[in-house]
Amino acid sequence: MMRWWIALALALAGLAPAQAHKPSDSYLAITVADDKLSGQWDIALRDLDFAIGLDADGNGEITWGEVRAKHSEIAAYALARLAVRGDGAACAIEPGPQQIDDHTDGAYTVLPLTLRCAKTPTQLSIDYTLFADIDPQHRGLLNLQALGLTRTAVLGPQAPTQTFELKSVSLWNQFVDYAREGVWHIWIGFDHILFLLCLLLPAVLVWRSRRWQPVETFRDAFVGVFKIVTAFTVAHSITLSLATLGFVSLPSRWVESAIAASVVLAALNNVWPVFHGRRWTVAFAFGLIHGFGFASVLADLGLPREALALALVGFNLGVEAGQLAIVAVFLPLAFALRRSGFYRRAVMVGGSLLIAALAATWLVERVFEVKLLGF
Amino acid sequence: MFRLSLRRCPRLEFSALAPIWVFSLSLAIGPQAAAAPRVPASDTQVLDRVPARAADPRVRDLQALRAAWRAAPRDVDLSVRLARRYVEQAAAEGDPRYIGYAQAALTPWWTATAPPVAVRVQRAVLYQYGHQFSEALADLDAAVLAEPTNAEAWSWQAAIHMVRADYAAALRACSALAPLTSALLATACKASADSLTGQAGPAAAALAAALEAAPAAGPEERLWALTRLAEIRERRGEGALAERAFRQALALGLDDVYLQAAYADFLLDSARAREVLTLLKDGARADVLLLRLALAAKAAGDSRADGWARDLAARFAAARARGDTTHEKEEARFVMALQGDAPRALALARSNFAVQREPADARILMEAALAARQPEAAGPAREWLQAQGVESVVLQALAGKLGATK
Repeated sequence: MMRWWIALALALAGLAPAQAHKPSDSYLAITVADDKLSGQWDIALRDLDFAIGLDADGNGEITWGEVRAKHSEIAAYALARLAVRGDGAACAIEPGPQQIDDHTDGAYTVLPLTLRCAKTPTQLSIDYTLFADIDPQHRGLLNLQALGLTRTAVLGPQAPTQTFELKSVSLWNQFVDYAREGVWHIWIGFDHILFLLCLLLPAVLVWRSRRWQPVETFRDAFVGVFKIVTAFTVAHSITLSLATLGFVSLPSRWVESAIAASVVLAALNNVWPVFHGRRWTVAFAFGLIHGFGFASVLADLGLPREALALALVGFNLGVEAGQLAIVAVFLPLAFALRRSGFYRRAVMVGGSLLIAALAATWLVERVFEVKLLGF
Repeated sequence: MFRLSLRRCPRLEFSALAPIWVFSLSLAIGPQAAAAPRVPASDTQVLDRVPARAADPRVRDLQALRAAWRAAPRDVDLSVRLARRYVEQAAAEGDPRYIGYAQAALTPWWTATAPPVAVRVQRAVLYQYGHQFSEALADLDAAVLAEPTNAEAWSWQAAIHMVRADYAAALRACSALAPLTSALLATACKASADSLTGQAGPAAAALAAALEAAPAAGPEERLWALTRLAEIRERRGEGALAERAFRQALALGLDDVYLQAAYADFLLDSARAREVLTLLKDGARADVLLLRLALAAKAAGDSRADGWARDLAARFAAARARGDTTHEKEEARFVMALQGDAPRALALARSNFAVQREPADARILMEAALAARQPEAAGPAREWLQAQGVESVVLQALAGKLGATK
């Protein structure tokens, strides 16, 4: 007899049926540690009962005795539906003694696995076909731990084979990668370099009797530069960290425009000095803005969840190293040239005006989101 | 090239928050994951329960049907019968595993472009379980085109159009169904759509009259008609009449999770949380009922509230882990009322409303938008309410509040 009215009733009553349980899942954990691969596979008893029959007496109750009697059959059934390959070569999987655990929808058998691959794999492929023929909606929830990283994936007929790269993403390599990105960003980030230069140009001079005059000793120049670089560094580290950790977020158009404005102001200050005694305070104030700029670069690089602080410190140290390299080249050169009219007029005034003009163009580009310069 | 540091703040926010989200998720499933594997103390210890084939002839019938199907897995009639039996079993037990078993029965035709009509109808039923409504409708359209008197296909069409708030299409399906079914079901089908398109009063009257006129109708049919009547009455604010219809439906003595959930919601709205705890005392296994129990326990100050809330959190986390998004409505209610996280509830309710548009879907969206102080987020629900002329005291009050906050 056609029982379609039950369908109608159910359907009109809200479609999603009452779900006493969830659909079928298994939990497969694989760990790669110290050249050893091990695993644990939790499979629901009710699924196994449907597949191979656990409730021997058919009374509706699955007892430990009934499960125990089927342990080897369970292991054989499950392992026939799981294949693991390391770098293309099949790994042997050996089952261990089974236990019982509870998940949200009932009891599961816990099947320990020992995996033997030819060598420690750099790439792991998993073929998963458990219950695929009797319940295509079954999924295997994979938790793969390797080299300090945890990966999760949903295995099942929708993607029967999945491959995972285990290449050494050691913390140190990650750190070096982010540090390199930091250096690179300072190197190609003209706005940051020019801002720093505008603050450094007058460091070998002193504003006296309404004109720039050379400082006497290298020590004076060095102390000036040291204060400026330190203030800039401290300030941008603060905002870089705050933004990366999600405590503060500013619109990037606003940030980038403010960075351009900071370069204009710093350059003009060299020509018509307003701040000359305590340029490190200027470096600090504008450094706060530049930090947000660094943060958006770091975000674009993608942050490793497991090593957020590591990436942050690495990137920041890279930025500082890039900065110091610029200072190391600039300071001796400027100190040597400080008495020449070339330095005081052409470099200091002319250079600053050029920088101001360039930065003003950026400012217009960034505020109005137009492109004026061809590079 | 020096402009590379532009743009992309939202991504920064997301990636910076991701670890926190992951952390809270792992907290949510933590207690469970922490339960260590064990070796049971004795062989007689019962670990889990499954349908008992020894005592239940229905289980044996199903097993016999399955055995027959295994011998001939490409037989259309056997495959469709088996799939239909599993769908019924899913409804009776509330276990979605049976939906997967039903899909397995249709394997030879699962990706076919033009399977036999009977297969198409069953495939549509399975699609709608996964909220793949467009795929389901495509199969049902093809089915009624080939077989205009296929009542099952018309019923599912009506149902899916209702959920998607396409009431004109639902009414067309109801008219096509009318000559193929009983007067009570035909009336109930039409009344369901009418009640949400400015005709709630006449719809309730027609449904009540049809029930009077069909005292001999089967209990399942009466239960469903009474539940719909109760809901229409409730939306119209006719509390006493709604209560009467609910009680008549419950008095039929059938286990029906949907009815229990609807009545529990009615009681919760009437500040009668204690009665919910009594009504559902056996129902903690079904998610929808567990949600009502937890809500009621919290409202009544019952000490079991926290434990139930933890169980629910674990079940939602388990669903999310496999990429399942078909519980967003319930999860939104849970997150808002029991975890107090209005922004997350709002995100869930919005995503849910894009798929399902029934009064309950609109309600959680509007409530979450109010709680999160983002009245504009409830726009789609308010538009639905206005465009259809939905009569609902609760929804209209929410729309009024949202309008005032704007």
